[in-house]
Amino acid sequence: MSILIHKDTTVIIQGITGREAVNMTREGLNYGTKIVGGVTPGRAGRDVYGVPVYDCVRDITSKTRVDGSIVTVPAAFTRDAVFEAIENGIKLVVVVTERIPRGEVAQMVELAQLRGARIIGPNCLGILSPDEAKMGGLGGPAADARKAFTKGPIGVMSRSGGMTTEICNTLTAAGLGQSTAVSIGGDAIIGSTYAELMPLFEADPETKAIAIYSEPGGRMEAELADWVREHRSRLPIVAFMAGRFMDEMPGMRFGHAGTIVEGKADTTADKIERMRAAGIAVAERIEEIPALIRQELGKRGA
Amino acid sequence: MRFYEYESKALFARHGLPLSKSGLAHSREDARRIAAEIAGPVVLKSQVLSGGRMKAGAVKFADTPDEAAAHYDAIVPIVVSGQKCRAVLVEEKSQVQQEYYAGVTWDGRRKLPVVIFSDMGGIDIEQVAERHPDHVSKTHASTLLPPMPYLAKEAAAKTGVSGADLTRLAPIVSRLIEIFFRYDLTLAEINPLAKLEDGRFVVLDGHVDLEGDARPKHEKLLAELGIRPEETRQARPPTDFEVRGAQVDAGDHRGVAGNVVEFDGNLGLVIGAGGGSLTLFDAVRKHGGRPANYCEIGGNPSVKKACALTKLVLSKPGVEKLAVMMNVVSNTRVDIVARGVVKGCIESGRDPAKTIAIFRIPGSWEQEGFKILKKYGVEYCDRTVSMYEAAGRAVMKMKA
Repeated sequence: MSILIHKDTTVIIQGITGREAVNMTREGLNYGTKIVGGVTPGRAGRDVYGVPVYDCVRDITSKTRVDGSIVTVPAAFTRDAVFEAIENGIKLVVVVTERIPRGEVAQMVELAQLRGARIIGPNCLGILSPDEAKMGGLGGPAADARKAFTKGPIGVMSRSGGMTTEICNTLTAAGLGQSTAVSIGGDAIIGSTYAELMPLFEADPETKAIAIYSEPGGRMEAELADWVREHRSRLPIVAFMAGRFMDEMPGMRFGHAGTIVEGKADTTADKIERMRAAGIAVAERIEEIPALIRQELGKRGA
Repeated sequence: MRFYEYESKALFARHGLPLSKSGLAHSREDARRIAAEIAGPVVLKSQVLSGGRMKAGAVKFADTPDEAAAHYDAIVPIVVSGQKCRAVLVEEKSQVQQEYYAGVTWDGRRKLPVVIFSDMGGIDIEQVAERHPDHVSKTHASTLLPPMPYLAKEAAAKTGVSGADLTRLAPIVSRLIEIFFRYDLTLAEINPLAKLEDGRFVVLDGHVDLEGDARPKHEKLLAELGIRPEETRQARPPTDFEVRGAQVDAGDHRGVAGNVVEFDGNLGLVIGAGGGSLTLFDAVRKHGGRPANYCEIGGNPSVKKACALTKLVLSKPGVEKLAVMMNVVSNTRVDIVARGVVKGCIESGRDPAKTIAIFRIPGSWEQEGFKILKKYGVEYCDRTVSMYEAAGRAVMKMKA
């Protein structure tokens, strides 16, 4: 099993004729994703690798079931595209675009909550359920994605797109496949945080453990620690914390838009302490993750 | 992106917030003239991008224009938390009865803006939040509904403010909320918001942070406030090396070669992407390496861009070798980065084989990339070598 997407998930791409989107379409189709249409205003009637292009989302949703949309349009048009997807009934929106002001992100998130939709991102590479489907550029070309990602029991969540692939590749090399890998995005406000995705992994019988990649900035790790404690999660979690050098450099922005140390709660030292206190194992290096997962699973007799 | 106090106040003034008479002094003569115009006691405040001015002695009171001129000279050399004084704000001194706090910022967990209000404002507001939580209110606002005045009224009333004070305070806080939304701010703060002896309310100090990603949207405002595009407004001003790094990134729209930050080590880093750079920088330091710089490449940069970044890093005095490393890449092409860094070494008059301590970028087009590196005798590794291990190899070579 997987979370969010599987082989029958139907997907559209908003901004499908853009350079990156064209690659994403080809890679997605090659990976087996059911891409049923694309949207670029004024380009109706064309096709991208056989995927028909329309002017409006409703031109597709009025004809066929659409489970998810990948939004990859310039930052200035992203809010509009996300609203269009949600108001046409799409329940899963992956926002790839970066550099969207957080006020606009918060509006998308608030609308999604009102309509019962879920946003992944922005500033993310998307979702990949090995051997099922992928939404977004995660894993790159299908052949590369198959090298790094394999089917298995580990759920992966990462604030960095590139590190999602790195971690899955490390898990794969150690014989641990993944149920679903989610690049959750690097911004200060994102559609779905670790804690908000945990219930989905918790409900997925195939997922046995979680690996996360985290960074300085924000309260997402504290929120996860609280969630784990309050819900007595059955899933052991192993986290990797990058950017430890940033603790010495408050007020400087490195990495992603959301990665900045502004107060004590934003430092990596504080986050590590909180997570460990909640029973989350923290790896010192990426390559320690597989062994730590096996150790945690062993403790729980799995 | 933080605004200076005088810029925050200029923004507040446009939206009708009550302010005291003031002027910005760039010389002791300016300070004397402004104080004479105000014709009464004044306060002189250093314009720095940092709090803690009062404790650093960068805020002084003067009764006469001569005294104001003397204080100007005393304030200018004071460095507050590493920030130099840009100018001195000379402002009419107010007779304060009570200090309030009003701020709007983002609550990352709720993903909503939150209005924070206190009837115990002033420099110790953080302690008030801890010790007197009943004197600090938090009121969340919707991002979809237009900001309504009742939010401000509720925020103030929750701390016990009522009567004429409430009807005078609420419109000020309401305008602050509007400003927060209108300009994509991440913080709009008035502290203190002072009640004067005569019952009027005045903004004594203000602090505004504009979201970096919203800068293009508010170019006009920034130009009108005199904020230049190259001002980064981070915790410290950018170095010349960092400014040139930004030029490399801006020089070619293909991919990213950005966020160049200068350090004082001898190992130049060409690393990526966002998360990969954080991971690799930690790894180099953990092995005892001394990075010369931080940077982020990604999003499939062109040969030209990778080459320009390589040349920039190699131009930094004391850089002995380069480590070129990324996480497993999906859309960045390994061969293009390889071509760029090799070219950058050669154009810098350096032998790529001796200069590049390690090349660890596995992923798309890796076979083509490895072929190029082999040809030039550069040590490279594939995904079977971890990021941590690769960083260790580079550091080992520096010690050899």
